[in-house]
Amino acid sequence: MSPQMIDRLLHGLLDTLTMVGASALVALAAGVPIAVLLVMTAPDGLSPAPRINRALAAVVNGFRATPFIVLLVALLPLTRLVTGTTIGVWAAIVPLSISATPFFARIAEVSLREVDAGLIEAAQAMGCRRRQIVRHVLLPEALPGIVGGFTITVVTMIGASAMAGAVGAGGLGDLAIRYGYQRFDTTVMAAVIVVLIALVCVVQFAGDLVVRRLSAR
Amino acid sequence: MEALFARADAAPRPLAAPHWTPKFVEPLMFDRSAERDRAAGAGSISFRGVSKIYAEGAAPALAGIDLAIEPGEIFGVIGRSGAGKSTLLRLINRLETATEGQVLVGGEDVGALDEGRLVALRRRVGMIFQHFNLMSAKTAAENVALPLVVAKRPRAEIETRVREALALVGLTDKRDAYPARLSGGQKQRVGIARALVAGPDVLLCDEATSALDPESTQSILALLKDINRRLGLTIVLITHEMSVIREVCDRVLVLDKGAIAEVGPVWRVFGEPRHEATRTLLRPLARGLPEDVAARLQPHPAPQGRSDAIVELAFSGEGEPDVGALAAALGGAKPRILSAQLDRIGGHTQGRLLLAVRLAAAPQLSGLAPSSKVLGYVAADD
Repeated sequence: MSPQMIDRLLHGLLDTLTMVGASALVALAAGVPIAVLLVMTAPDGLSPAPRINRALAAVVNGFRATPFIVLLVALLPLTRLVTGTTIGVWAAIVPLSISATPFFARIAEVSLREVDAGLIEAAQAMGCRRRQIVRHVLLPEALPGIVGGFTITVVTMIGASAMAGAVGAGGLGDLAIRYGYQRFDTTVMAAVIVVLIALVCVVQFAGDLVVRRLSAR
Repeated sequence: MEALFARADAAPRPLAAPHWTPKFVEPLMFDRSAERDRAAGAGSISFRGVSKIYAEGAAPALAGIDLAIEPGEIFGVIGRSGAGKSTLLRLINRLETATEGQVLVGGEDVGALDEGRLVALRRRVGMIFQHFNLMSAKTAAENVALPLVVAKRPRAEIETRVREALALVGLTDKRDAYPARLSGGQKQRVGIARALVAGPDVLLCDEATSALDPESTQSILALLKDINRRLGLTIVLITHEMSVIREVCDRVLVLDKGAIAEVGPVWRVFGEPRHEATRTLLRPLARGLPEDVAARLQPHPAPQGRSDAIVELAFSGEGEPDVGALAAALGGAKPRILSAQLDRIGGHTQGRLLLAVRLAAAPQLSGLAPSSKVLGYVAADD
């Protein structure tokens, strides 16, 4: 592989990391509150609000049902509004975030739901207000599950980010398509795959490590 | 000069003194809450015509409950599963709301409280659970601290109280252990420390020993008794085990299908169960006739040869077996004790004595026990 190609590979990796990293932060920041809201407003939740719950669930399901490649195109007006452009790494972050947030919110919701009802009852019995139950019981107890879910989300996003090449976002996926597929450069294709595998392994390993730390107590 | 002033300032505060030995600090903070109990009668609980119906048209979980629990007593509630015990307990701190009637804790109508006052009430009512319900992500000390943290107490006070509460339950050395590393009995001790840390007037125990082995059960029950005596707080416990009631309770309520079957001092209810539900619950504790006797028991004395009458003397809490009188009354009849199931509950002796009495002497039984009867006859061996 030529030095330029190695340079392109590094550049692609950096682009992928930027896209995935930024969108993951957005998904984390937005997904956890959405998950908490879904759990709290559920019929058997601490603040039942059927209408809010149904509306939120519908929005989440809507975004989850739309394939990422379709979302990428459908969201172009919004992307332009937010970033001022529809091309490049930052333009890909908008659809990527919007796709990852509901996905992660659902996984986090499952973890929150799995918190033993007895713990919530104990918290209520000791005089915790709802906000305090979320902060002192629900989130700390669900944390291993939420971290595990976040790992899955990031891995999925690495895959999705490859499609962002379709809007000229760059990244490793773009590199593989343009050089590996369209110019029959098998070496580039193989290199990209190897880098992607390594990236996924590192993310998964780090996530597992944190989960193990959290649950080994 | 400044030091002198400081000392003069400190002198009139007797409570500032006991900070040097932990042994002395430990009971202090809790005992103050005990005094508050006695002053205000804060630990009283009463139910007035309380019913609870979970779903429209369903059978009521509780119906027409009228009940008064005195401050400082250990009050047991027993019943089969589904009898409504759990509901009754949860009405006290409003984890459940009554469909009808009122529940009063320390004279306050629990059902009428707004959220702020409900939270305040719950801080005066501690609760422990069958499955302990400790936060797995928090250490023992953090679990115990939680009620104070959410009550926004100052850090220094939290520190002191958590230390005292852990000392009270004998877990000072486990303060930094996570629940997963504790045994069942230790987890329940953490649960008790957590329930007591805010100095409550009432402690609710939801099947607190049902998930424990017999040894831990004994030590937890002893701890509850000790806490009740030292802190003077009211304890309401629900259980399906009669032995738990016998061990610690002053009074017992028997629930049957959501209604009160009977209520009274434990010795009275055990000695003279008046309701079928109580007798059913007591059956596992009472052993029947010994097998060898039962096998040979005849309704009438044998026509030839000698027979022994099998006599049961039952003591229901009034009077004690008078061995001298027994010997005097049955002296000529070779009285032998086949089995004795006597127990002393709350200062009352109750249970039964099973005697074999040689028939020829025509035993005179009246006056030996509150109730006595001849169960049957067995042919004599000799």
